[in-house]
Amino acid sequence: MHEALRRLVNNLLESGKDLLPIVIVIAFFQIAVLQRPIPEFSSIVLGTFYILIGLTLFISGLRTGLFPVGENLAHAFVQRGSLLWLVIFAFALGFGTTIAEPALIAIANEAAQVAAVGGIISHDQSAVDSYASTLRITVAIAVGFSVVLGVFRILKGWSIQWLIIGGYLLVLLTTLIAPEWIIGIAYDSGGVTTSTITVPLVTALGVGLASGIRGRNPLTDGFGMIAICSLLPIIAVMIFGVLL
Amino acid sequence: MSFINPFIGMFWDITPIIATIFIFQLLILKQKIPNVEKVLFGLLMVWVGLTFFMLGLEKALFPLGRLMAEQLTSLEFLGKEKLFWFDYYWVYLFAACIGFATTIAEPSLLAVAMKAHQVSGGSVKPWPLRIAVALGVAIGISLGSYRIVVGVPLHYFILTGYLIVIIQTYFAPKQIIALAYDTGGVTTSTVTVPLVAALGLGLASTIEGRNPLIDGFGLIAFASLFAIMSVLAYVQLKHLINK
Repeated sequence: MHEALRRLVNNLLESGKDLLPIVIVIAFFQIAVLQRPIPEFSSIVLGTFYILIGLTLFISGLRTGLFPVGENLAHAFVQRGSLLWLVIFAFALGFGTTIAEPALIAIANEAAQVAAVGGIISHDQSAVDSYASTLRITVAIAVGFSVVLGVFRILKGWSIQWLIIGGYLLVLLTTLIAPEWIIGIAYDSGGVTTSTITVPLVTALGVGLASGIRGRNPLTDGFGMIAICSLLPIIAVMIFGVLL
Repeated sequence: MSFINPFIGMFWDITPIIATIFIFQLLILKQKIPNVEKVLFGLLMVWVGLTFFMLGLEKALFPLGRLMAEQLTSLEFLGKEKLFWFDYYWVYLFAACIGFATTIAEPSLLAVAMKAHQVSGGSVKPWPLRIAVALGVAIGISLGSYRIVVGVPLHYFILTGYLIVIIQTYFAPKQIIALAYDTGGVTTSTVTVPLVAALGLGLASTIEGRNPLIDGFGLIAFASLFAIMSVLAYVQLKHLINK
């Protein structure tokens, strides 16, 4: 139990370290530059406390629960040698981790609010919720396909730069047909999706695969997975905008 | 009741990944889950933690981002009526500080920096790389704020950035390329994203003539792109010096 407690305290310190730079920068600007009262200050302090507790529990839980099992599974599917199951697992892993990604939940909700105010969707709560969840599902499907593509890249030894440059070209082409109001959120979704849950699990799959295959170097071939996962959602969200 | 609802919502958000893990482990691999109590306890922590985190975002980070945008662009603070783009210099400075501070403290960037050190055979040092990326992200978010202030379409900047990345790729040492591309997705953490998004949306709603729908998003895209460009630039520079 002592060990568990020690780890919890470590995670608390880590979450604190994540928040501290933001607190310092905002405090500096408030005190030295703006010198203006902050409305609802106590609510913001309470919220910051929630973030600290929430982030600590979230990260502790991922490390004791999800990551060990997920990494184990990734290795097991690599060794099993069945391409079909590997592909299905890769897709499910990308999809599932993305749906649970907190930054994406937050951004999708904001995007839905903005879309409602801007008159893209109707103002009632159910329309806003369904826009937000469709957006997240679109991104999650795109990440699922990205992980599958990343698996094939490692298996076949395709070079990452051609995939990425091809992806950039597709972004350019979809931008030409996408409605103006989707472009910002689409471009942002690339950086948003790959975060706390997705990065460790997807990287574990990539590195596991690269070290399991002869002639692949885990240090050079194991990477690139996240890059694909940040690119395909951009294209997918713009297509979602075209179809909406 | 208002405290219970978010818990139920978050439960559905973590269902797909939990289902994936359990179904594949139990039905496809037909293996027991080792330490199943520990895993279940971990999942409970994930659920509770995620719920509190999302509540905190709504209560603290979003309001703060918006508040900073409003206060830094208020006519009262700027002290004049007719504004040009350079009158918003505090906005650019704030954006740069947030970008630099959050990136330098980002744990995933540290992990990437260590890997880059390994891949390059020790010639890429972790600390200078982190500073390079943090500076890059600072410039990126600052430039992104400038874009919101002047209202130039986002894709002009991002697509130009892609072109620069392609040119940099051509000159970059081969073994670092995949890692550099990954940095783009890695640097923008769960805490940074909501704050930066709120800043962008806040700027777009307070600056006259801007529309949050069209101008509000895009800061995160700038951060990711500039992270990639700065890794490639740093490695290239290092390569030239060593020659």
